[in-house]
Amino acid sequence: MDANTIAWLILLLPLASAAVILIGTRRAAGVSALISTGSVIVTFVLSLVLLAVPADATAQPLSWLNLGEGLTINIGLLFDDLARGMMIIVTGIGMLVHLFSLGYMKDDDGKARYFAGLSLFMFSMTGIVLADNFVMMFLFWELVGVSSYILIGHWYNKDSAADAAKKAFLVNRIGDFGFMIGILLVWVLTGSIYFDEIAKAVGGVENAGLLNAAVLLVFCGAVGKSAQLPLHVWLPDAMEGPTPVSALIHAATMVAAGVYMLARVSFLLVEAEGAAHAIALVGGLTAFVAALMATQQNDIKRVLAYSTLSQLGYMIMAQGIHHGSEAGMFHLYTHAWFKALLFLGSGAVIYACHHEQDIWKMGGLRTRMPKTFWTFAIGTAALIAVPGTSGFFSKEAILEAAWHDESGFAKVAWALGIAVAFLTPFYMVRLFVVAFLGKPRTDHAEHAKEVGAIMWVPLAVLAAMSLLSPVLMGPLKASGHVAFHLFTPTGLLSLAGLVVGAFFGWKLYTGRDSDPISIPLFANRFYLDDIYQGIVRVFQDFVGLTLDAIDRYAIQPLTTRGPALGALGLGYIFRAFQTGNVQAYAFLFGLGAVIMLWLLVF
Amino acid sequence: MTLLEFIVFLPLLAALAILIGAPARYTALSAAILNVIAVLLVAIRFGENTLETLTPSFMASSRELLASPKLSLAFAVDGLSLVLVLLTVIVTVAAVLASPAEGRIKGSPKLYYVSSLFISAGALGAFLSTDLFFFYAFHELALIPTFLMIGIFGSGENRKRTAWTITLYLGVGSLILLAGLLALFFQCGGQSFAFSDLYESVNTTEGNPIPGDAQNSTFLLLLIGFGILISLFPFHSWAPPAYAQAPTPISMLHAGVLKKFGLYGLIRVAMPLLPEGAAHWQTLLLVLLLGNIIVIGLVTIAQRRLDTMLGYSSVMHMGYVFLGIASGNAIGWSGAALLMFAHGISIALLFALAGSLRDRIGSLEFDAIRGGLAKKAPALGLLFGFAAFASVGLPGFANFASEVLVFFGGFKDMGDGLGALQIATIVALWGVVISAVYMLRAYRNVFKGPLADADANASWSDLTVLEKTPVLLLLVALMVVGFMPNLLLMWVTPVMESLTLFGR
Repeated sequence: MDANTIAWLILLLPLASAAVILIGTRRAAGVSALISTGSVIVTFVLSLVLLAVPADATAQPLSWLNLGEGLTINIGLLFDDLARGMMIIVTGIGMLVHLFSLGYMKDDDGKARYFAGLSLFMFSMTGIVLADNFVMMFLFWELVGVSSYILIGHWYNKDSAADAAKKAFLVNRIGDFGFMIGILLVWVLTGSIYFDEIAKAVGGVENAGLLNAAVLLVFCGAVGKSAQLPLHVWLPDAMEGPTPVSALIHAATMVAAGVYMLARVSFLLVEAEGAAHAIALVGGLTAFVAALMATQQNDIKRVLAYSTLSQLGYMIMAQGIHHGSEAGMFHLYTHAWFKALLFLGSGAVIYACHHEQDIWKMGGLRTRMPKTFWTFAIGTAALIAVPGTSGFFSKEAILEAAWHDESGFAKVAWALGIAVAFLTPFYMVRLFVVAFLGKPRTDHAEHAKEVGAIMWVPLAVLAAMSLLSPVLMGPLKASGHVAFHLFTPTGLLSLAGLVVGAFFGWKLYTGRDSDPISIPLFANRFYLDDIYQGIVRVFQDFVGLTLDAIDRYAIQPLTTRGPALGALGLGYIFRAFQTGNVQAYAFLFGLGAVIMLWLLVF
Repeated sequence: MTLLEFIVFLPLLAALAILIGAPARYTALSAAILNVIAVLLVAIRFGENTLETLTPSFMASSRELLASPKLSLAFAVDGLSLVLVLLTVIVTVAAVLASPAEGRIKGSPKLYYVSSLFISAGALGAFLSTDLFFFYAFHELALIPTFLMIGIFGSGENRKRTAWTITLYLGVGSLILLAGLLALFFQCGGQSFAFSDLYESVNTTEGNPIPGDAQNSTFLLLLIGFGILISLFPFHSWAPPAYAQAPTPISMLHAGVLKKFGLYGLIRVAMPLLPEGAAHWQTLLLVLLLGNIIVIGLVTIAQRRLDTMLGYSSVMHMGYVFLGIASGNAIGWSGAALLMFAHGISIALLFALAGSLRDRIGSLEFDAIRGGLAKKAPALGLLFGFAAFASVGLPGFANFASEVLVFFGGFKDMGDGLGALQIATIVALWGVVISAVYMLRAYRNVFKGPLADADANASWSDLTVLEKTPVLLLLVALMVVGFMPNLLLMWVTPVMESLTLFGR
């Protein structure tokens, strides 16, 4: 097989899987699960093969929308090192999540629908990764939104799940609104939608203001998809979806698409300095604010969700920093494995505790679920950046890059990043101590049992990757450098953060049955959700209803009933209306015909 | 009789046969299917034809009725009209399939089916005519049965008033349009109604001979006349109640097909023949189309009934077609044409599904719907989801490709900074969020959430095979074009290129 065939197979196999399940095997849940899992295993193997393909190999694009000279939009595949590395993450974690799901969703009513959704997601995500142009990326960008909508709302008979799915889709649409304008502006400025051509042309763009605006608007897409402030509100709610979905889509891959997209167009950010500064600042703020929120959450998945927001903030921040893009991608690679591990671990806990998600109703799981416990411990260590784990290297890389960037914005971002390094160990140790250590606080926790091999083997693989992923970066051709920077100001400060944060987390929460600290501002997510809800209500109810009333009582009488009545009056003069409405029209039609005839004859 | 004449008159012949006594449903269905085959034959023969003519000339036929001024029953097809004719025959089949069985129609089943056939024939005639008079007259032919159907077979207590309002209102619109068309006819010399002669008359070496003032006033008449028929803001108020109260096949045909007549007229007649007039009223058009997208979009959010909401959403989406037309370049016009097809199919799809839902639960008031119906009727829920996502403009459906083209058209001729057109496009893009809000909210309220016991135990059941057929037909059409928009663009774009360049 040549590179062309391999790349197209990687893209199209999941689509075929989704289509086969939808059209054919919908009623055979077991078969559907196997088709979907089979397709992801094959694409993972093919993605490994793709690593070995010569660097200059290209794929034959498919003409999707062709307007001749004016505009040609292809579905073209680009598999440079960036894309190849990302494909390993997407298909590798995708495969493990599929396997885990075979156990987790064993008895679910909508199993076939679930696996069709996963396959649709794999297709859409692959499209984003391999896209060689902006419009194709946008196309698949929308499609991951749909698959995310389907999977968050998998248990659609639950109000909370149905609302969360809708919210995720709509918030993302707001980001995509900006993204599309950004794409249009980049097209106008550089004359192309293709990444390679934009890279060549961007140096010649003279209108710096418009270029900065274009980059910021493109960044809006990332703000939505990667859940950055102020559009972060959908991600915690997205935890209503089945936990394996949270691991794959809402931790490891889809939410990282914004980071990937910015890395893909890093040449634009180099040219648009102002926009880059704003990006670094938004990322840093998100990392910090989300970490504060995480300290006061009690739902195991929500703690992880806020931590995901915070880590995504790191990655986005890196994209806005001079020479930071590679470090950000490096963190994307390492984070994908250990965060997927933490989510699947929490899934195992939730499964074992009969769908209990409140950490205060757990406890003592260490002895009852040892395999889950140890893998979760490794994931936690990586997330809080214990030296030697993968998370340590990648986080250090970002903070070092921020430190070495001369601009004041980067310094602010750096300071925020250091603050996060104190907060992350605190909330993760809190979670770990409360859920796994001590004594069981409920019957469910008391009787929890270790999960089966189909679930813990993926955990073990992910745990291994949480430790080894930096070492494997070379063969994966992922960008990023593994280096020790322990004895720099940044290194020492973040080490201090680890020690201090973990110490307080340990000290405050060991042996507790309830949270000793209460900060409503953090627990209530800075009230941002409530503020948004207020705004939405104003728009839907007030503006919508007001305009509706104006439409009904002002526009309608003026433009519809007025002329209609006028015509009616005219009709009365001719006495043509007495028997009903058909005549009214016949009259007007006749009048028209008479005028026409008169004009024709004379 | 040529193939095109056959296509136009077949529905009328079938209607005649039904009136004489042929079984209504089967006759209508056979005619509709036969017409699809006939149009596919035309499409195959048309192939990748890129005729270098400004007006339709493929398979041209002409029967002269009057020598001076020249008036003839003339038909021909080009890439643009082919796409609209394809839309018409596809929606016609779906509408006939979605019509209730003869026994279930209260009143005369003959009249019911004959009306659908008349609308189809009127639309086909208007899209295929190459004579200004018949272009107008065929559309009038299609309007009459619309009024009858709403008044006789419509749902809701106000149907008489609704039928009566749109009768008069569209009548006024038609008269304004007639005045505009006649003015245009005389400004073009008053010698011939043939499209080709009209184009010929303004295509002189000194440029368009119609003076600027005359162009401005005529174009305004045409914009308002066509605008009323298309439900251009603020002339839209007739549409939502009419669609909500019309029987399902009529909503499908009118919103899906007949409404495209006005847009077709703007592209075919008004814009190329009156370029100065079009330029003069450009700003007005931009403001009004934003009224469609933003004002009506927000009004759509406030609706409390599914069918009225769909009616408003259809009004809103017209704004995007107008935006494509306002861009004045081949990208935007191709997008507008593609969107006419995409919107026609997807709104017919939504009305068909809403009709099936109304047949089951009686009322489409959101307050009366308890939600969770996807569990009770999985196929209905799934298909409605597809239709909703198509309407919202998700990739995979023709709507996405069309909207992308419209937006690119808006930015195509941008100067150093943002012009009025670009600002309008940016504001219009916000409508993409608005349409997602109302569609997903409706979908969530009707199909998602817990299923009430009363609904779970209700006697109705999921879609029948008979109901699924038209829906799947429309869905497949949307997805084929969504995956391969080039199928239609290869016909549309060459026409749009020559039309947008005409007179420059």
